[in-house]
Amino acid sequence: MYTKKLTPWLYLFPALAILGFFLIYPSFHTLYLSFFNRDSSMFAGINNYLYAFTNRIMLTAFRNNALWVVVFTTLTVFLGLIFAVLFDRVKYEVIVKSIIFMPMAISFVSASVIWKFVYAYRPFHTPQIGVINALLRAFHLPPVAWLIERPWINNLCLIAVGVWVWTGFCMVVLSASYKSIPKQFLEAARVDGAGEWKIFWKIILPLLTPTVVVLATTMVVFVLKVFDIVYVMTNGNFSTEVIANRMYKEMFQFRNFGRASAIAVVLLLFVLPVMLFNLSRFKREKL
Amino acid sequence: MMTKRTGRILSRVLLHTTVIFIAFLWLIPTVGVLVTSFRPAQDVGNSGWWTVFENIFTSARFTLMNYKLVISRLGIGRAFLNSFIITIPSTIIPLVVALFAAYALAWMRFFARPFIFMVMIALLVVPLQLTFIPILYIFNKLSLAGTFPGIWLAHTGYGLPLAIYMLYNFISGLPEEIIDSASIDGASPFYTFLRIVLPLSVPIIASLVIFQFLWVWNDLLVALIYLGGTPDVAPITVQISSLVGSYGQDWELLTAAVFISIIPSILVFFGLQRYFIRGILTGSIKG
Repeated sequence: MYTKKLTPWLYLFPALAILGFFLIYPSFHTLYLSFFNRDSSMFAGINNYLYAFTNRIMLTAFRNNALWVVVFTTLTVFLGLIFAVLFDRVKYEVIVKSIIFMPMAISFVSASVIWKFVYAYRPFHTPQIGVINALLRAFHLPPVAWLIERPWINNLCLIAVGVWVWTGFCMVVLSASYKSIPKQFLEAARVDGAGEWKIFWKIILPLLTPTVVVLATTMVVFVLKVFDIVYVMTNGNFSTEVIANRMYKEMFQFRNFGRASAIAVVLLLFVLPVMLFNLSRFKREKL
Repeated sequence: MMTKRTGRILSRVLLHTTVIFIAFLWLIPTVGVLVTSFRPAQDVGNSGWWTVFENIFTSARFTLMNYKLVISRLGIGRAFLNSFIITIPSTIIPLVVALFAAYALAWMRFFARPFIFMVMIALLVVPLQLTFIPILYIFNKLSLAGTFPGIWLAHTGYGLPLAIYMLYNFISGLPEEIIDSASIDGASPFYTFLRIVLPLSVPIIASLVIFQFLWVWNDLLVALIYLGGTPDVAPITVQISSLVGSYGQDWELLTAAVFISIIPSILVFFGLQRYFIRGILTGSIKG
């Protein structure tokens, strides 16, 4: 009898021990550290949070994270949806889908280098080696310093890298849902004389809404923590700072563990609604 | 007036043009990197990579020098090896630990099961940033910072929630009769696990292997935190990001380094794309 009661815990023990050590305990410890000064030697009250919510660069980071969340999520999901529906109509669907999906295998670091090269900037009247500025030159337009032009152009250029990588993910998920829609639905609408546009908005989109919602939350949670692209391409210079890069700087560059902890806690606050939403959904469905 | 037939042909042409244009757009950045990595340094600085297609039979020159240089002189060879040393155990360990835990959660009844389940769901979205400072502190005390075992453990901890979640979704969906009949026949839980659950779970294990492999291979942040950029142990992502700092304008070198970093992940990705997509679908849709 004893062994029977113990067995599940035997199976769970390694996982629980590791999760406890690497995720649960440190989360609480970080929360604790966020109320202390830079080397955790003195209680600091809410000073670190005041810094996190009022410092000028932190505010820039918040603005940029908001921009990432809105633009990245909208574009990945929307383009993923368009691509899924569009590619379903051609015979070489597998090939084009692989092409869009391929960047998923590339690290953000490599993707950043790839795109830095696309955005490469040289002064006017010298040969351009970046694709986009070469195109501008072909139309006799002056080159643009894509990663420096603040605050909108450079931030949007960074976001474009993320979109290039993650649209394939959204496309694959949405394509699977789209293919599960019975084709008679669409045929019936066509016979009734509905145009393709109308079919997309009135039939396809409503049927895919649950998938779109799950996908969008996944993208939001993911992109709130965006780090690699910004770290490699601009390191947060020229008003491109984001929360996760700021946390890294506070931790390693400035060695201010109090502030770094507070910033990490702020990140958690942002994903908390999603966590609660997931939990309530699972309570309903699985338990 | 346009007939229905020409209208249809026109819309087919429009469809194909759009699809091919999109695929082309998605490919250009990678093609540029591939071409540039084989061009001599002077050419890269003087003309765009696309010019090789105009001069392919005349003045275009190609070289393997860039690869030779980054592998032997710029530490990419060493980093490439390190990436494998980091990635392989970091893929296998969490998988094994998660298999045991997912099996217990799916097919054993015990006290606190719902609670443990909720904790796992909550941990899915906890930002890693929340754990860095306390763990790094402990790693420093135990001399695990800057070592391979340290980062294997860290990746195990961070990979577990998704691994357990995906495996749970799959294993709990296995037919009840099979599991039950085994235990009626007197098989121990371990026997059932080894001989029945494991063989049936091969597809999801394959998906998870790819997920975790790509995640660790492409990771920058966790490596930066726990390995701290020491060249002896730095993975290829860290090495590339430091080359961006020191060789930012030497595109022929950066592109060669990037291309080397992409090869293993692209091979894994295209070789096992089917499992990868299945993994995405069990991980995000059914969720």
